[in-house]
Amino acid sequence: MSQFPPILSRLLRRVTASALAGFAWLVTGVRPIWSGSAPSSRQRIYFANHASHGDFILLASCLAPHERMHTRAIAAADYWGATRLRRFVAEDLLASVLIERNWAGQSEKPLDIMMHVLEQGDSLIIFPEGLRNMTEEPLLRFRSGLYNLAIARPDVELIPCWIENMSRVLPKGEFLPVPLLCRVVFGAPLAVEQGEDRHAFLKRAHATLLALNPRPARDA
Amino acid sequence: MIPEFLPLIGGLILVLTVASTVAGLLRWRAGATPTLTNLTDRINAWWVMVVVLTIAFLFGMNGLVVLFALISFASLREFVTLTYTRRSDHWILLGMFGIVIPFQYWLVWTEWYGLFTIFIPVYCFLLMPAFTALHGDTESFLERIAAQQWAVMISVYCVSHVPALLSLNIPGFEGRKLLLVAFLMITVQGSDVLQYIFGKLFGRRKVAPNVSPSKTWEGLIGGLGSASLLGAALWWLTPFTPVQAGLVAFMAGSMGFLGGLVASAIKRDQGVKDWGHLIEGHGGMLDRADSLVFSAPIFFHTVRYFWTV
Repeated sequence: MSQFPPILSRLLRRVTASALAGFAWLVTGVRPIWSGSAPSSRQRIYFANHASHGDFILLASCLAPHERMHTRAIAAADYWGATRLRRFVAEDLLASVLIERNWAGQSEKPLDIMMHVLEQGDSLIIFPEGLRNMTEEPLLRFRSGLYNLAIARPDVELIPCWIENMSRVLPKGEFLPVPLLCRVVFGAPLAVEQGEDRHAFLKRAHATLLALNPRPARDA
Repeated sequence: MIPEFLPLIGGLILVLTVASTVAGLLRWRAGATPTLTNLTDRINAWWVMVVVLTIAFLFGMNGLVVLFALISFASLREFVTLTYTRRSDHWILLGMFGIVIPFQYWLVWTEWYGLFTIFIPVYCFLLMPAFTALHGDTESFLERIAAQQWAVMISVYCVSHVPALLSLNIPGFEGRKLLLVAFLMITVQGSDVLQYIFGKLFGRRKVAPNVSPSKTWEGLIGGLGSASLLGAALWWLTPFTPVQAGLVAFMAGSMGFLGGLVASAIKRDQGVKDWGHLIEGHGGMLDRADSLVFSAPIFFHTVRYFWTV
């Protein structure tokens, strides 16, 4: 967690969040499309496609400033915790929550960390593909964390969010963004149905998210 | 300040006030139908655009260069977003925004006509495909480089001809060249508005039904005819006689119509209705600027050929 006093850390976060939202708008003119859900102060888990470091910033900048302060992204500890600078950016500036992608039992269990954030009343942003998608596939297979969260906290709304074009704005490995217009499509809340198993739910969540893409990529 | 500036601004404010009043009356009588809501949005956006243009005009060349560079930025962003790009195009795309736009407008600002006129159609058109080829990704190569070239042509090269009007050397017209920019903007955008009004009132026969359902012969003829009269009536802004002003306005309006037609064809091909959402009621920047894109270079060269020394 942050090594700064709480007041300073909140201020740092607030300033960073506003500056990044402004920057995201200048570069991408980002607009939210609420298609099946509406902006709300309810506790939520936003799950989205992942192709770029900019994804989380784009999604967060579509939320109301107050919501943004209560919404935390889940990031990979093996990447964002690897250097002091990355850890500072991830934890202090962006207030992300770091979890181990390949948990082997040394640290706290990833699900417990996410549950802890939800118990504090904050919303979550998660990328169920588990890594940035570098392939020609529009969306990779989902990992099971999404299902575990949905089972553990059925009271928290699960909102699919399709982030458009961000993989073109800031592809993996590049650091300068190309200004292209982006939209974030927020779909209808999803819940585990009676008797639905892990595999069926993840498959349905995957299909639901994919169906939100307003301009499916042409066959390359 | 140029003496013609005040009557010009006064006239624009008067026209917009009348438009807002008429739209308000129509809504009061007919209620808020989608067409009337869109009309109100459009008129409100016009108020904003007139204010922004006026501010830019007050800063002369600097103001126009900055404003039109930003218009190029917004247009290029809309254009490139719609076209097919690949990961390997990243640095070319960055160069279009980070090098081509600033350099082209720097050429306008320094009034370096020789390079201004060939920088994009010669150097960029040859070097951009060369860099793309050097990168080695040949997938849909021709389509990608063609889209990149057309993107900078439309969004940067053509648009930059508007502020470049200030660099023309017209005998007896010194210090009033801003008015030429105003004349072009008013006749071209006026032609768009008049075509829209005539089309909505009398439009029946479509000019190109496969391309755009909103462009009709009635709108085109009524709009172009009245825009030519508007141009003739604004001859006092220009070095032209009233008849010449009407002819130039007719030409600019015709090119504007063709620009809108080409933009519609591109949008249809890409499966979208608008270029973007920057301007409430209008769509994106290119939805508003498409007519200017086609008319500005032709207007520029007509004036340059017949009126400069």
